[in-house]
Amino acid sequence: MSLLLLIVQTLNGLQFGVLLFLIAAGLTLVFGVMDFINLAHGVQYMLGAYLAVMFYALTGSFLAALVLALIASLAFGLLLEFTIFRKLYDRDHLEQVIATFGIILFLNEGVKVVWGASPLSLPVPEALSGSVVLMPGLLYPVWRIVIIVAGLAVALLLYGLVTWTRVGMLVRAGASNARMVSVLGIDIRRLFMIVFGFGTMLAGFAGIMIAPILSVQPGMGDTVLILAFVVIVIGGIGSIRGAFLAALLIGLVDTLGRSFAVDILRLFMAPSPARTVGPALASMLIYLLMALVLYVRPAGLFPAKGRG
Amino acid sequence: MSEAALSRKAGSRPLAWRGRVLPLVIFGLLALVPVLSGADYALNLFERVMIFGIAALALDLIVGFGGLVSFGHAAFVGLGAYAAGILAFHGLGDTLLALPAAILLAALFAAATGAISLRTRGVYFIMITLAFGQMAFFTASSLAPYGGDDGMTLRMRNTLAGFDVFANEHVFYYATFAAALGVYVLCRALVGSRFGRVLRGARENPTRMAALGYEVFRYQLVAYVIAGAIAGIAGFLLANATNFVSPAYMSWQRSGELIVMVMFGGIGTLEGAVLGAAAYILLSEYLSQWTEHWALIFGPLLVAVVLFARGGLIGAIDRLRRRRP
Repeated sequence: MSLLLLIVQTLNGLQFGVLLFLIAAGLTLVFGVMDFINLAHGVQYMLGAYLAVMFYALTGSFLAALVLALIASLAFGLLLEFTIFRKLYDRDHLEQVIATFGIILFLNEGVKVVWGASPLSLPVPEALSGSVVLMPGLLYPVWRIVIIVAGLAVALLLYGLVTWTRVGMLVRAGASNARMVSVLGIDIRRLFMIVFGFGTMLAGFAGIMIAPILSVQPGMGDTVLILAFVVIVIGGIGSIRGAFLAALLIGLVDTLGRSFAVDILRLFMAPSPARTVGPALASMLIYLLMALVLYVRPAGLFPAKGRG
Repeated sequence: MSEAALSRKAGSRPLAWRGRVLPLVIFGLLALVPVLSGADYALNLFERVMIFGIAALALDLIVGFGGLVSFGHAAFVGLGAYAAGILAFHGLGDTLLALPAAILLAALFAAATGAISLRTRGVYFIMITLAFGQMAFFTASSLAPYGGDDGMTLRMRNTLAGFDVFANEHVFYYATFAAALGVYVLCRALVGSRFGRVLRGARENPTRMAALGYEVFRYQLVAYVIAGAIAGIAGFLLANATNFVSPAYMSWQRSGELIVMVMFGGIGTLEGAVLGAAAYILLSEYLSQWTEHWALIFGPLLVAVVLFARGGLIGAIDRLRRRRP
């Protein structure tokens, strides 16, 4: 367990956490403001990655692919909102879960039909490929640093939007009591659409940014979706700040747990059981964390909803 | 006027129909399957229908009547399966031992996790049950001696008091049938009892039930443990039906499928759980034979059920009956 490895894994954890934040931010707002459980949020992330691959093949430029894929993600999200989700806002959570589960099934299969079942890849943009030396002996890929910086920038932007703009104020008000906002004469449906579109775009952005590192394949959104839910539940539903802190926490705990669980267990265990128990414990760590947080604080760390 | 109010106004007729005729039809048809087609394929298909029917019944008990949406229900099924599988692996493959073990393991897990989960409400309950489900999933994946990620194949079915009766597909089919029928009758009795009424009362208004002097938490926990134990039976049967146990039995997608089944049939109806399981399994089986991209049809179908067919299959049947008196 060298110091260098620790630093590299901490950076990886940070990068993972930032990615989770991009996905969770939209999810927590949609959930907090509209009281809508959108399981299909994960496939928006997958779709972002696929669209980026497609537009890259068409244009040959990463930047063009990024912009076009963002626009297409937004358009697709709004289309879904307009045709299906709008009818689900008044339904109970269970019905929302089932309907959006249906959309997951459809889109996971749909990308298989359109782009094939085998994984695709997106090259890292030429100028940002390769690694930089952060410390003597410590090489780190530039693209991962780009993801971290982009994620932190989005977090700052969101913070600014939510704190200082009128729409942000309405979003905060909506998260704590949507009905009251509506009663005060705000067109809540339009607010919903803005929030939803923005959230979709963020998930798409996450998919585009991660595409050069991961393989783009059907079902890639499912695991991330569950993790994003863990994040927003730990952070408190509807809270951007909570989502940010919880995302970094989950990213770090998961990444560090996976790399060091076996080593740590070996300190007080025989090596062979440590090798079996370690990986399982590492996979479980974030769920243990979530159960613990909910046990102590049943509404997450930073609940946005007012009492009642 | 809402659907529920309409059906109340129409008197108890739909209920009598639902409570007497429908279960007779469902279980009558299930009993006839081996007579109509003795093929192992058909028997195996309908064994799966009944096994998931049992798990869905258990889920309907807590979701439909208790208002507790568990997103980790597949874990109990998986635990039951693993209890049977691990005992068989060590040469202890008798039903008289494996079935109680499966029930006990699932019930204990339900008691421990339920006691914690029931502190939370609503969405947080959904998520914390998911968390416990995932923990069970990853624990099973780490059981290297028992196949780890890949799961393990069982050499043979469980024996019954030393006799290898379940090797005969017909015998196993009717054993599964008896289990499904027994679980259905048990759930029906539970729902109709004072316990069931307290559970429903707590779903509608926990504060009022508490004010009436009921310890809501205790009732909900007992319901949760019963549901877990029943799912454990389903797990035991599943391990035997497929001769295979795998962590995949506990994945969150499986839990989602179980919720879909309950919803598909009509939530809070019990018969709906069995109908929903049948519809889900038969439909996905049929569609997957027809095209490998069956999810393209199945996905939109789920959306359509939510948007246009509230109350699931049972709701649709009720509406049809009301139109033609």
